[in-house]
Amino acid sequence: MNDNAKNANAPGFRRFAERFERITASLRRLRGTSGDTVTHPFWVIVNKEIGDHVRSWRYIVLLALMALTCIGSIYTASVGMRNAISTEDEVRSFFFLKLFTETDGTLPPFITFVSFLGPLLGIGLGFDAVNSERNKGTLSRTMAQPIHRDYIINAKFVGAFAVVGAMFFALGFMVTGFGLFALGVPPTPEEFWRMIFFLLLSMVYVGFWLNLSILFSIRFRQAATSALVSIAIWLFFSVFYQLIIGLIERATAPADSAAVDSVLAHIGFITFLMRLSPSYLFSEATTTLLTPSVRSLGPLTMEQIIGYLPSPLPLGQSLLLVWPQLTGLIAATLICFAISYVSFMKQEIRAR
Amino acid sequence: MGEPIIELRQLTKKYGDFTAVDKLTLTIERGEIFGLLGPNGAGKSTTILMLLGLTEPTMGFVRVCGIDPTRQPLLVKRRVGYLPDDVGFYEDRTGFENLVYTGQLNRLSKREAEKRAEELLERVGLTEAANKPAGTFSRGMRQRLGLADVLIKKPEVIILDEPTLGIDPEGVRELLQLIRQLSRDEGITVLLSSHHLHQVQQICDRVGLFVRGKLLAQGDIPTLSRELFEDDQSFLIEAEISADVAGLREKIAALEGVTRVTVNPDNERLWQIGCSTDIAPDIVRTIVESGASLHHLTKREYGLDEIYHRYFEGEGQP
Repeated sequence: MNDNAKNANAPGFRRFAERFERITASLRRLRGTSGDTVTHPFWVIVNKEIGDHVRSWRYIVLLALMALTCIGSIYTASVGMRNAISTEDEVRSFFFLKLFTETDGTLPPFITFVSFLGPLLGIGLGFDAVNSERNKGTLSRTMAQPIHRDYIINAKFVGAFAVVGAMFFALGFMVTGFGLFALGVPPTPEEFWRMIFFLLLSMVYVGFWLNLSILFSIRFRQAATSALVSIAIWLFFSVFYQLIIGLIERATAPADSAAVDSVLAHIGFITFLMRLSPSYLFSEATTTLLTPSVRSLGPLTMEQIIGYLPSPLPLGQSLLLVWPQLTGLIAATLICFAISYVSFMKQEIRAR
Repeated sequence: MGEPIIELRQLTKKYGDFTAVDKLTLTIERGEIFGLLGPNGAGKSTTILMLLGLTEPTMGFVRVCGIDPTRQPLLVKRRVGYLPDDVGFYEDRTGFENLVYTGQLNRLSKREAEKRAEELLERVGLTEAANKPAGTFSRGMRQRLGLADVLIKKPEVIILDEPTLGIDPEGVRELLQLIRQLSRDEGITVLLSSHHLHQVQQICDRVGLFVRGKLLAQGDIPTLSRELFEDDQSFLIEAEISADVAGLREKIAALEGVTRVTVNPDNERLWQIGCSTDIAPDIVRTIVESGASLHHLTKREYGLDEIYHRYFEGEGQP
């Protein structure tokens, strides 16, 4: 009986195995890593970087943190959403996105978690990118190979960025999947695209912190120093910066009787200061993307509100609204990368 | 042979006011083993970095395999293997994986890299440890893995920076033999830097003495010692003789080529005979014919130690 079953299954299984083999072979060909083709050295380094990240303990810890975040925020969101499910019309449109933004008050929502832990992820993957190789003596060995020097730093970035991207998309889709389970409501195409843009934006944001920490890993010889400096900057922006802005705001606030123009000017000034912080840019951008009812990121006067219909913005308009934020984040990322690139190219590579 | 593969002319490297390498002129021929000797901080490593194009010279002319490494570092690095002192490997990868990685960086296909890595691991005697993480390797094993790592690109020249540092004597012997064998079998030019005189002496065809950025002398070891000790004896023969026969000392001193005969003040049976040429057989004959008994006789060639000291003494007195 058992044998019969096995025999009956065997051809089917073999066919499956053959097909699987064919698919993996063509995939390998596509990636150019089948044994006989020569992989470009740059992709060899990227491959190695990704392999190193994925095997490392630190990645597992970060992954566990992110997974916990994801589970926690889904739980709190779904509890919060069940209570709110039929109260407002506005809530019901773009219901699915609430999964990322809603909370029942016990735990922060997913976006807050991402804006808080994303930097940690970036710093965790980048803080010892160059200095640990230098200290272990592998940098001078790699530099003695016939490759351009910038391959190393570019590959460091690309490898870590690929890892971050894979992780974010996996998490985002996991949240979506769990959301489907928990709520039984599928996302609309627009919600789906908003989610994709949110994930891309998060990647850029993590990319900024990644580049910042790579920069410090070039600048500082000790991995601990560079980690500490990166974390200090992260803490500064996520905790102290708002306090300082609060102080400035109170000190420079116009009198209650001041003209509308000067009040507006003051608000504009404070918003400008706030926007110097990448985490503020990120939170503005994500809020707009995931909450389509957000119509403006600055103050609105009564005249502007006259005739306003309380309807959500279409995706294109939301994107337009966050375009400056997105550009700002990408620019900050590029500046960090440019500085690290230049300082790495100028450094002399000595053994240890 | 006879074809220059590394050419340096008036090569200078300055770090601010400090001159690390001062007008170095040196030619190394294809297939030879050249030892760059000097104390720490003499500028050996800086010279090597300039040869690989990892550092730009302040002034001067460098050609490696006919290529200017400052302008075309990639071409040079394709033909030159460099083993830094205290070489590092990715510690959680195995020795084999480390080699394959280097191979792939040199544009070998994965299969080819794996094939060469296996051959080389066998060659350097690491087949058994090939699949252990490189972090568990001992210092000597790491150096041997480093040698395999350098060879995977099939280089024309290999540059070894302090290859014997921190290895036990037996390990040093094996490593140096391996280097010599590789150089002879494959016709690879070897440039190795060291401050260990005896070790270098064993395998080098020629050495250059490098002190404070300057090349003080170069040549094979007998030539160097002749150059240095021309006013003095270049051979020293030590003989232990019992039953002092009257007149023996004069007889030996009268032999052609003997410059002086001294008796060790602590042990009168121990004589030191300085001579300008190797006349040990004549000395033995003289002693035996005179009726004295000869317990042992050793010939000491002037080693790098003496040469080294000489130079430092010379440096000390301006």
